[in-house]
Amino acid sequence: MGILLFGAAKDIAGVPVLEKPAHISDVAALKAWLYEVYPSLQQLKSMMIAVNRAYATDEQTISQQDEVAVIPPVSGG
Amino acid sequence: MEILINIKETITVQEALDFIQSPECGGEVIFAGTVRNHTKQREVLKLFYECYEAMAISEMQKIAVKVQEKWAIQKLVMLHAVGDKYPGDLAVVIAVASAHRGIAFDACEYVIDLLKETVPIWKKEFFADGEIV
Repeated sequence: MGILLFGAAKDIAGVPVLEKPAHISDVAALKAWLYEVYPSLQQLKSMMIAVNRAYATDEQTISQQDEVAVIPPVSGG
Repeated sequence: MEILINIKETITVQEALDFIQSPECGGEVIFAGTVRNHTKQREVLKLFYECYEAMAISEMQKIAVKVQEKWAIQKLVMLHAVGDKYPGDLAVVIAVASAHRGIAFDACEYVIDLLKETVPIWKKEFFADGEIV
């Protein structure tokens, strides 16, 4: 599955979905890859990764079937 | 505890009130969050709210579970609007009903604070000077 992007992360990448490179197998690696491809993401106050619709830690593994999303600082309410 | 969670284009206080009506409850607390016409002294024309709906619903359900663990609340409503919203429009409604008012106030404040912290919803501000943040 692709990587879903929202809010400021979507604006920075310019697309709502990214293809996940096959070699990425955990959240830490995904963040590192995202920062490398889109250095502007480092300007965000925070960048969380959600795996299967729940906030994930850096150690969490990611498989091809997982729903993965990039969550910039939320601002609801 | 009975729960109503919804994310949609237009929300109303009335639907929250209707849901929390209960003869067992003597305290109903409602928080209505509306769009302000300024941010830091700059005029705001509109806000645009987007959400990661499936996860937002899931995070709202987690908040409801936490409320249930902390207080004897009978009814809880969390509504959030999405799309273009203009000054005065409702963006969020939290409604809580319990036997007495004290815990209803506490729970209502807890819910809106946590919602703003954890629920994946984003607003974009459109300022009168043309900037979009």
